[in-house]
Amino acid sequence: MLTYILRRILLMIPVLVIVAIIIFGLIHITPGDPAAVMAGEDATASDVEEMRERLGLNEPIHIQFLEWFADAARLDFGDSIFLRQPVTEAMLERVQPTFLLTLYALTLAVLISVPAGVIAAVKRNSIVDRLLMVMSISGAAVPSFFFGIVLILLFAVVLGWLPSGGYTDINDDPVKHFKGMILPTFALGFSTAGLLSRMVRSTMLDVLKEDYVRTAYAKGLPNRHVVLGHALRNAMIPAMTVLGISLAGLLGGSVVIETVFSLPGMGRLVVQSISRRDFPVIQGVVLITALIQLVVMLLIDVLYVYVDPRVRYGSD
Amino acid sequence: MALTKSDQVLADARPKPASRFRLSSITPASRYYWIRLVLENPFALVSLIFLTLVLIMTIFAGIIAPYDPDFVNPADRLTSPSSEYWFGTDTLGRDVFSRTLHGGRISLLVGATVMVGTAFFGSVIGLLAGYYSKIDNVMMRIMDGFEAFPGVLLAIAIMASLGAATRNVIVALIVVFIPNVSRLVRSTTLVNKRQVYVESARAIGMRDASIMRRYVFMNSLSPLIVQCTFIVALSILAEASLSFLGAGVPAGIPTWGNMVSEGQSYLQRAWWISVFPGTSLFLTVLAINLLGDGLRDALDPRSRDR
Repeated sequence: MLTYILRRILLMIPVLVIVAIIIFGLIHITPGDPAAVMAGEDATASDVEEMRERLGLNEPIHIQFLEWFADAARLDFGDSIFLRQPVTEAMLERVQPTFLLTLYALTLAVLISVPAGVIAAVKRNSIVDRLLMVMSISGAAVPSFFFGIVLILLFAVVLGWLPSGGYTDINDDPVKHFKGMILPTFALGFSTAGLLSRMVRSTMLDVLKEDYVRTAYAKGLPNRHVVLGHALRNAMIPAMTVLGISLAGLLGGSVVIETVFSLPGMGRLVVQSISRRDFPVIQGVVLITALIQLVVMLLIDVLYVYVDPRVRYGSD
Repeated sequence: MALTKSDQVLADARPKPASRFRLSSITPASRYYWIRLVLENPFALVSLIFLTLVLIMTIFAGIIAPYDPDFVNPADRLTSPSSEYWFGTDTLGRDVFSRTLHGGRISLLVGATVMVGTAFFGSVIGLLAGYYSKIDNVMMRIMDGFEAFPGVLLAIAIMASLGAATRNVIVALIVVFIPNVSRLVRSTTLVNKRQVYVESARAIGMRDASIMRRYVFMNSLSPLIVQCTFIVALSILAEASLSFLGAGVPAGIPTWGNMVSEGQSYLQRAWWISVFPGTSLFLTVLAINLLGDGLRDALDPRSRDR
């Protein structure tokens, strides 16, 4: 078990190095002089020179990379050019909305998809099943930013029930906070719910064909007991992988949703940094997100071993 | 729906490659059987008709559109949909219908080019990684690196470096989607290269490049086609999201993402500015996905009752 986890962590190292190279390389694919671009349109020659010095662009490229990598490994991404504060600090100030939005959306997706997937599998080809398919297919096709705008139009503009955007800190006013987060949560969680419920449905269909399910029925267990106690527990294992994958979608999607609902999160920070040409911020947020995703994938693989005793990773 | 009995017998008698998808399971006499299967699927058929219409309307947008998409008419600002302006007008008095048509052009252009680019580079990488086990590990770790980012964020980061332009959106999205296709082609290549026909091709002295092109790649074609339809849908969505965020096609150029973004501040007074291009985007992507599902069901019999 421990050797498995260690081996998985070791395997992450080359991927991390590649991730770092990609992010480091981004600044160097900028057409023209990155220092001139970042210093702004009306920068003087000495401004550009100062920026170049600050970014360390005068060093040979491999030295630049090693210095950048050493700092990044300590989660130091330098100072934001626009905000004039360390990138790590700027990110920490904006963690809460992003974290809570992702958490709410994930919870919503699980709450919808598990019951929906189970019912659809048990009552195959029923109305619930068909509705689920429609939801899942449209969830994959509707762009989240447009779905968010339709929700604003409906519930904020026409009905006036919910605010159309803005963020309240959960510690300041929880009621206002939750009210403001309802629409973003739905906008983000809906398409994930579609994907997840399809996954739950198809694994449930597989599991329901298994021998132990037939045995459970044969010994006279009630339907509910078989479905929830025997089938669902086994179907959750593949669903966990999809949960991990959908987290990636949620992290990416929160960039868009934060912009639609003007939530002051990390995603909005990235979007604002594009026009500000604030590369250190973009690099920092993108790297952190990739790290989070890699760690989550690792955790899921480790969890497998606990959830499913059949998986014997150490033995091969 | 099912194959005729003689087809089935013939199909069973042939040596079976282990690949899940193969055109070869259909006998030569009915090689295009899958096209009929697609057309018999009502969702796929309706989607195909809809997409053909979208294609015609956007290609001939210059002729069909009643107004110049950039024609500013301050006298008719924010007018609601009417017989004169089908989809209403925006803040500058530009015709939303004409702009929606022209916006579709960019969406479809991006979808098609990204698909072709991704299919090409993804196939080359996948074939090489799957065929030569020496470089497999290195190539796949690099792909892992690219896949560690949420796609939208990677695309944003690339766009921030390259600058807003349609060409750059295409480049960024190709980079984002290459791992997806290369993984698929690699997995089919791993299966195909162990087949007897590859061994015999090698025995008669064919070069690796020809074997890969003529046998290994051709047998990966049907899952690739299915994947490509989804890549078109995904890249149209991604382009719209990038443009919406201001990291895609430069603002001012009519694209569906830009138009939804422009309309967001006017939801209260003029819902049509956002809703019409947004709905066009949704329906187009939905149709491509349904067509893709139909293709997959036709090409991969096992997916049918999923």
